[in-house]
Amino acid sequence: MTTDTTVEPTAAPRPVGDGRTTRRSPLRRLLGRPEMGALVGAAAVYVLFSVVAPTFRQLDSLSTVLYQASTLGIMGIAVALLMIGGEFDLSAGVAVTASALTASMFAFQLTLNVWAGVLVALVLSLAVGALNGVLLVRTGLPSFLITLATFLMLQGLNLAVTKAITGNVATNSIRDMEGFEQARSVFAATLTIGDTQLRITVLWWLGFAALATWVLLRTRYGNWVFAVGGNAESARAVGVPVAFVRISLFMTVGLAAWFVGMHQLFAFNTVQSNGGIGNELLYIAAAVIGGCLLTGGYGSIIGPAIGAFLFGMANQGIVYANWDPDWFMFFLGAMLLLAVLLNLWVRRQATRR
Amino acid sequence: MAPVIELRAVGKSYGNIHALHGVDLTVEPGRVGCVLGDNGAGKSTLIKIISGLHRHTTGEFLIDGQPVRLSSPREALDRGIATVYQDLATVTLMPVWRNFFLGSELTCGRWPFQSLDIPRMRRIADTELRAMGIVLDDLDQPVGSLSGGQRQSVAIARAIHFGARVLILDEPTAALGVKQSGVVLRYVAAARERGLGVVFITHNPHHAYLVGDHFTVLRLGAVELSADRSAVDLDQLTHQMAGGAELDELRHELQGESAP
Repeated sequence: MTTDTTVEPTAAPRPVGDGRTTRRSPLRRLLGRPEMGALVGAAAVYVLFSVVAPTFRQLDSLSTVLYQASTLGIMGIAVALLMIGGEFDLSAGVAVTASALTASMFAFQLTLNVWAGVLVALVLSLAVGALNGVLLVRTGLPSFLITLATFLMLQGLNLAVTKAITGNVATNSIRDMEGFEQARSVFAATLTIGDTQLRITVLWWLGFAALATWVLLRTRYGNWVFAVGGNAESARAVGVPVAFVRISLFMTVGLAAWFVGMHQLFAFNTVQSNGGIGNELLYIAAAVIGGCLLTGGYGSIIGPAIGAFLFGMANQGIVYANWDPDWFMFFLGAMLLLAVLLNLWVRRQATRR
Repeated sequence: MAPVIELRAVGKSYGNIHALHGVDLTVEPGRVGCVLGDNGAGKSTLIKIISGLHRHTTGEFLIDGQPVRLSSPREALDRGIATVYQDLATVTLMPVWRNFFLGSELTCGRWPFQSLDIPRMRRIADTELRAMGIVLDDLDQPVGSLSGGQRQSVAIARAIHFGARVLILDEPTAALGVKQSGVVLRYVAAARERGLGVVFITHNPHHAYLVGDHFTVLRLGAVELSADRSAVDLDQLTHQMAGGAELDELRHELQGESAP
């Protein structure tokens, strides 16, 4: 029903600007962007570690930081999209491990080409996402409860099934299996650029971030994600397929979990069955540091990417600065608090007219 | 003129609660039908049926003479029935132009490279809003930063642009001041002049009488009064709204007691 013709109303009221909708200043508009807080924070942390740890400034260090950021960042993109859509997923951390375990055990036990395991893991990851989404849409329960249940179930399955099949808490190495090298070059290659080693996940991360930004800002689907997170009832009333958007967002998290799971499998050859627990909160932290609103309807993809980069800098910076790594979590928590406060302040400044 | 929408003895029950029963209503092009009623009279249930959010449980619902059972708001929209809700049906954090085209976005290019046609959407939104008398310097400002009347007008302009034949307005003036209400009532009149059938839900008989051609008063889920403008005046309407016969009885009782 899209009519392009502009029909003039016959009783058109006289256009009046009542002087209350003046244009916001460019500076205010810039400050009002969701990723501003994270950007300022990232700059501050970069300067801090550059001063206290001279090795932090080297290109190799940057490459390590980027690698740290990339695996968190790929999940961060999907989690941020979901958060903008108004939900979150506590099962995202163990879903990564579940995917890697599935691929590894399926291929090893049946002595198949590793790509078969990769495909089965993809199907499983999407199915877990779809299950979360369908349960949420059908029951109307908060995503916290639904995904907490999935989180606990997956955590148990990871341990129990791995032990039942391999008799061990880790999977067997799939290093010498057919297709391993090929799969490794896709998910876990190391590229040499000049004298610097760069992990391929960094490129995937940047590529996925660019794609997700385009989808979010330039497609109908992206518009729907914002609307579903902002006001699901209104979105439904104007014809947005709310259930489809929600289920597909959870499946996107599943897709990202599959990708990161495959990276871990082909980077380390084996998978520990208790891995990934607690990571879901890091993904959420990255998205929130990046300016995504926990209640949905607001955010960007660049913000969480900067959030993941901040995480990588803090993680590696502490090592380069010879600080006790035990302090890392404290540092991360303080960073999250500061970022949230900064975001709040920046938004208040920007929306004040 | 032939009615676009016709309800015949329509009722709606939620379990054993009868929210609405035996309601007749017709919506004709170029006429404003006002539905009045106190809180809990069934006004909201009635529009939810017409706009496809809920299904009726008894009676008949006809669009262009065909009996229908709408299963989603999308279906109602496709048949030209657009609803502007009390809570404004806008997403406050989203820019004005994104709100204007929400659910009916214009795109260019072919899938998978299909992307939003942003310049065209901004241009059309600006033109349509200007036609409604809303001049915004910045279409990127969030809808939440507009005034209540402006937000209603954005929603009405959107409905008209997307080819609505019937416009359902749910308490459009309830949260507005006198001046803002005037702005919205002008758009109701403008919509009627453009040949749209309007269902104007309100509990304010003064606003209803300014623009209405037909008045339906609901009370406890049933029609209490259904009359054309020629058959009723503002005093009668106000009286009906205020409780009618019940109020007479109450007055009798109270005055009887206070009399010496």
